[in-house]
Amino acid sequence: MSLQLDFPAVLERWPSFLAGAALTLELAFFATVLGALLGTVAAVGRGTHNALIAGACKVYVETIRNTPLLVQIFLVYFGLASLGLKYSAFTVAVAALTINVGAYTAEIMRAGFEAIPRGQIEAAEGLALSRLQIYWHIILLPAIEKVYPALTSQFVLLMLASSVCSQISAEELTAVANYIQSDTYRAFETYIIVAVLYVILSLVMRAGFWGLGLLLFPRRRRLGTPL
Amino acid sequence: MQQNAPSSEPIVSLRDVQKSFGSLRVLDGVSFAVARGEVLALIGRSGSGKSTALRCIDRFEKVDGGEIVVCGHRVDRPDVNLRALRQDVGIVFQSYNLFPHLTIEQNITLAPCAVKGMASSHAKDLARKVLAQVGLEEKLHAYPEQLSGGQQQRAAIARSLAMQPKVMLFDEVTSALDPELTGEVLKVIEQLAADGMTMVMVTHEMGFAKGIADRIVFMHRGKVHETGPASILTSPTTPELTQFVGTGNLKS
Repeated sequence: MSLQLDFPAVLERWPSFLAGAALTLELAFFATVLGALLGTVAAVGRGTHNALIAGACKVYVETIRNTPLLVQIFLVYFGLASLGLKYSAFTVAVAALTINVGAYTAEIMRAGFEAIPRGQIEAAEGLALSRLQIYWHIILLPAIEKVYPALTSQFVLLMLASSVCSQISAEELTAVANYIQSDTYRAFETYIIVAVLYVILSLVMRAGFWGLGLLLFPRRRRLGTPL
Repeated sequence: MQQNAPSSEPIVSLRDVQKSFGSLRVLDGVSFAVARGEVLALIGRSGSGKSTALRCIDRFEKVDGGEIVVCGHRVDRPDVNLRALRQDVGIVFQSYNLFPHLTIEQNITLAPCAVKGMASSHAKDLARKVLAQVGLEEKLHAYPEQLSGGQQQRAAIARSLAMQPKVMLFDEVTSALDPELTGEVLKVIEQLAADGMTMVMVTHEMGFAKGIADRIVFMHRGKVHETGPASILTSPTTPELTQFVGTGNLKS
């Protein structure tokens, strides 16, 4: 048994790899931003006294958390198509990933909201702040700070999971790899390169979240203590 | 129960206030009034209802019956304008409850800017002023966790003062503090009293209550059991207050 690796044959396709990696990062970026918004809104919704809104948010979160991502992507892809709506594979992928990560974000944010001491909210109420102002000024950032590691891990996971978008022919990294390995018959080398690229993308995202954390949490930057 | 009717229109008045938590009756017909500039101390054992009575004034608890009027707001009514009420009432809690992610300056300027629409530069001047009032000007840019308990509580008082309330409520504000830090907070409250602030305070510091309060309300089992000037602490008329002040509560 001998292992012969021929990387040059695969590496000469580097522009395709790069384009795929860029698209993966782009997918992850949009799904992270939109998913963070959707998840935060759903977490707030789950905490409201309105049973209808709280129930709807719960159904959303539980449905998504208990179905496979690939099935969700197909549901969005074929669902939109059967409604006669035509969107690019990229748009469909962003939508499906957003819906998916939004549900996980909602659960993480809910834990963050619950970690805010009741006294903080009473103090804010005592200062005549409105509910919305309390969420915005008092709850949101400390809640995010408390769950930031879980939250950022979830977004990195989302970027890795976006590889299944190759199934609806979004031209992201895994889809590119699939073409290249069937062209070059160098599957092992191709996926080794892809794996390395995914590691690099993860590191890029983690570095980005670290920088964002410095911006969002000036107290932590100055004092270095947990909230 | 004796009642010292205040001469002017009271800032705070409770009449026959009822409140239960489940089957437990916490307030059983509580009545008292606080006139402008008056300092009222609510005292009593744990579970006597004094903190609940205080929290009802700012509607942190909803009452089951009776009437509460605070600065003209009918607090007992479901349609009370909570945000208008809370602009008139300042409240300071046992656990300070400063916002940990904001500097002391941001803690103070948040509500004036967000609620009253005050310009940021104006609010910052105000922050300096109220911090000077509690002797903490140098902590403007510190975060709450960098302050001692006593300093945090003084900053919390400053935060309340920045909203220029008509009445201040103090809910056992020194109970979480080490004895050596209690004094600095009490001194700030004394200064406020001297400046004519209307105040209602729940306190376990009997010596302090005796020195600062215009009137004492002693609560027992959800009722106002005895009320009168601070001198009732030295010459109580009911056996319950006699026992309460006699059990080592009256520190000087």
